[in-house]
Amino acid sequence: MASIFKLDNLYRFFMRAYPVKSYGGTPPNAPVRKALNQCRVALITTAGLHLQEQKPYDDRIIGGDCSYREIPNTIETHVLVLGHRSKAFDASGTESDINLVLPLDRFRELETEGKIGSLNDRHFSFMGSITKPKPLIQKTAPEVGKMLKADGVDVAFLTPV
Amino acid sequence: MCNQSVGLIQRAVEERGISTVSITLDESITKRVKPTRALSVPYGFGYPLGEPNNPELQHALIAEALALLADETPPPILRAFVRKGMQ
Repeated sequence: MASIFKLDNLYRFFMRAYPVKSYGGTPPNAPVRKALNQCRVALITTAGLHLQEQKPYDDRIIGGDCSYREIPNTIETHVLVLGHRSKAFDASGTESDINLVLPLDRFRELETEGKIGSLNDRHFSFMGSITKPKPLIQKTAPEVGKMLKADGVDVAFLTPV
Repeated sequence: MCNQSVGLIQRAVEERGISTVSITLDESITKRVKPTRALSVPYGFGYPLGEPNNPELQHALIAEALALLADETPPPILRAFVRKGMQ
C-alpha cells in the first residue's frame, strides 16, 4: 500500500494537470477598514464538517456536493463530524484535533486575549472534492457571503483540508 | 480540489465586501484561482494548520495569515509560511 506521503505527491502531480479554471486580472479586494481587535470574524472550511444532527453531504452527486452546513459558534469542536473522506488526504490528524481544519478553539483564544474583536455567531463548512464547481460559484458561495455580510462580519478565515 | 473550492468561496465572500484570508496546501491551484490573500503552508493534505494538538504552531500560522490583511500589496497576495527553526 502506498504511504500517505506518496499519495500526497501523487495527488499534487495529478492536480498540476487538472483543468482548474485560471482567473485573469485582479481578484475582488475589500481591505479591512479597522483594527483586527475591532473585527468580527467568521471561519469557513472545506473539510465537509457537520453536526451529528445535520444532513450528511451527498457523495453520490456527480461533480461534488456544493451545499454547506452552518456551524454554531457555541459548538464544542470535538462533536463535529468530519464528512470528507478521500484517499488524497490523511484524516487521522483531524480526528484527533478538529482545530487542524477549523481552528475555532484557537480563534476563541484570540477573542479572549482581545486580539480579534469577536467571533461571529455562526461559521460555515463546505464539502471538498468538488470537480464541477458551477453551483458553488453561482449559488452557495455567494449565499454564504451574503449571510456573513448580514451578520456584520469583517473578516473571513478560510481553510482547505 | 479543496484548495480550488476555498479560493472560489473566498472570491465570492470578498466580493460581498468582507476581507478574506485563506490557507493553501497547494500553491499551483491557488496561483490559478487567485484568491485575494493566501498563506501557503508546507504541510500535507489534511494538515492546513500544521499539526494536531499543537496550539503554538496553529497560532503561529493564524497570526501570519491574519497579518496578510494588513499587507497593502495589490492582490492576489500569496505568501509562504516558514516555521521558525526550519529556515
